[in-house]
Amino acid sequence: MNSPTITDMERRPTEWQGVEMQKRIKRRYASERRFKALGLAAILMSAGFLAFLLIVMMSNGFRGFTQTELPLEIDFPAATGGASASQFEGQNGLANMQSMGLQDIVNNSIEIQYGADGKDLFSSGGWTAVGSEILNNPDMVEQKTIIYLPVDAALDVAYKSDGNEEAEARVEQLGDQLSTGFNWNFLISSDATDPMQVGIWGALKGSLITMFITLLLAFPVGVLAALYLEEYAPKNRITDLIEVSINNLAAVPSIIFGLLGLAVFLNLFGLPRSAALVGGLTLALMTMPVIVISGRNAVKSVPPSIREAALGIGASPLQVVFHHVLPLALPGILTGTIIGMARALGETAPLLMIGMRAFIATPPDGVTAPATVLPVQIFLWSDEVNRGFVEKTSAAIIVLLLFLLTMNALAIYLRNRFETRW
Amino acid sequence: MTNSKNEMISAGDGSPKMTTRNVNVFYGDKQAINDVSIDVNMDNVTAFIGPSGCGKSTFLRCLNRMNDTIPIAKVTGEITLEGEDIYSPTMDVVQLRARVGMVFQKPNPFPKSIYDNVAYGPRIHGLAAGKDELDNIVETSLQRAGLWGEVKDRLLDSGTALSGGQQQRLCIARAIAVDPEVILMDEPCSALDPIATAKIEELIHEIRGRYAIVIVTHNMQQAARVSQRTAFFHLGTLVEYGETSEIFTNPTETQTRDYITGRYG
Repeated sequence: MNSPTITDMERRPTEWQGVEMQKRIKRRYASERRFKALGLAAILMSAGFLAFLLIVMMSNGFRGFTQTELPLEIDFPAATGGASASQFEGQNGLANMQSMGLQDIVNNSIEIQYGADGKDLFSSGGWTAVGSEILNNPDMVEQKTIIYLPVDAALDVAYKSDGNEEAEARVEQLGDQLSTGFNWNFLISSDATDPMQVGIWGALKGSLITMFITLLLAFPVGVLAALYLEEYAPKNRITDLIEVSINNLAAVPSIIFGLLGLAVFLNLFGLPRSAALVGGLTLALMTMPVIVISGRNAVKSVPPSIREAALGIGASPLQVVFHHVLPLALPGILTGTIIGMARALGETAPLLMIGMRAFIATPPDGVTAPATVLPVQIFLWSDEVNRGFVEKTSAAIIVLLLFLLTMNALAIYLRNRFETRW
Repeated sequence: MTNSKNEMISAGDGSPKMTTRNVNVFYGDKQAINDVSIDVNMDNVTAFIGPSGCGKSTFLRCLNRMNDTIPIAKVTGEITLEGEDIYSPTMDVVQLRARVGMVFQKPNPFPKSIYDNVAYGPRIHGLAAGKDELDNIVETSLQRAGLWGEVKDRLLDSGTALSGGQQQRLCIARAIAVDPEVILMDEPCSALDPIATAKIEELIHEIRGRYAIVIVTHNMQQAARVSQRTAFFHLGTLVEYGETSEIFTNPTETQTRDYITGRYG
């Protein structure tokens, strides 16, 4: 090179070992250490919050799956005047039991064993538990039997933790007679006014049906919209507008979707309120934009060389999409679907708007039957005055979290199955 | 025999497989190809050479209408396959691309098994009546692509697990499997090492005559080795088209001579 190099003449030689340079290096390392420490602190803090949440939920919630019980001796031959086991077998069992006056039998037995105000010790609906025991094991009506029945909610709270003074005194008085058993009733029944009688099954079933409807609607519509927008739609101002609208839709507060559901599905179409169908439709509206956005990104990330390869041997555009693009984009689409569905599962606000906050004491037996869902049930129970509901709320939260985990695990399993190694 | 750019030439023996007349390609306002007329012959390998950005790949992609996928691209002029205008509305693009196969610059096997890669084309075009016939097509295609011996024991392995050269031969087998009349190769060796390149060139020699082959290459030695006819493109125009031996030993145009002797490009 013969161009004049002025810089060579003016430039001082770099002092790699100089004091300034050493200081600079030290500063560089120090800032790196600082950054690492900050990052670590952030992670520890989130892990701490998560652990705190889980510990509180678990310690409260597990108590919700148990109930405090008192033994009750029932002398069936004396009380029923000699009923036989065969009366309660087979199809007529239930009818015969209803005509027997079981509630009175149980109340009399309580009076005999615990005195005139013994009724206050037991949960008011506890006698139904005796009924189901008889149906399961009819032989017991031919002898004296001891059955463990759930106690009154105030007593339950006092026995498990600290209740009001009166209840605490009762607990002390009963002493060893009280015991703890697993609350099967919680898993098989629905909402009730007595916290000892409530169950999660109704809300769980409502959530299952609602999620199924949401998935059934949002997934195909979202995927088809994403494929069309990416593969077929011309790039012009209208598609730009659609893209912006979808992005905005994904960020709209969920209660607005509830208002939309109220206006369209209930008022315009006249669908029944409180129904899982309407809940599913409303949540599908909310979930769809999330699936469209993630779907478009997944479709976009399929390498163009694969499209060219397929086109180059004479695949039609439709074949390119369904044989190559969709299978390769599916893992990404499923990731978006997980996020959208998880959000829909935890959603309360839009469902309140379409009437799903009603008191519903039976599990829904169809898409149009009145239903409630887990988060709404949690919301309702957390609002109850009776202290017995506190642990039921936590227990319901555990059920919701387990539901969420199961759903995500399934989606991740599916995603890994479809994932292609390049 | 040499020709200037706007004159038509007789393309070797027999009638030409593909002809192009006064083809112009526009990307929006920009003209990428300017008035190119070339005949592609069945018995020959035709090479397109020229500096980067001269439009040879663009022109190649007109021959099976791959440019259709670019919304702003516009093609004028006439391109025929066996006398049929491939840009006429009655021409089915999907069928055209089966008849005019393509091998791309970067090996792009599907992320499926080797067998499925080759079988995909025959499957979508319904070329095989049953499993046995399909097996047969896959085997002969892989054999013609010189890959059968290397993969016959692992047909169900992923096509993407092969080496670069093997992947490119798999792509050639995939193109052959739909029994095309013409095979377009867009710099098929640019991503390969010399040994893999030699294998592909050998393969081109072997399948020549069965298919009309058009190859775009940056490598002039490669053009000299594999082709019988060579077209030299510069800035979107066809500068010279003729017998490869003539182009490389005694070009008419100074531009061609400069390029071939390494003066530019």
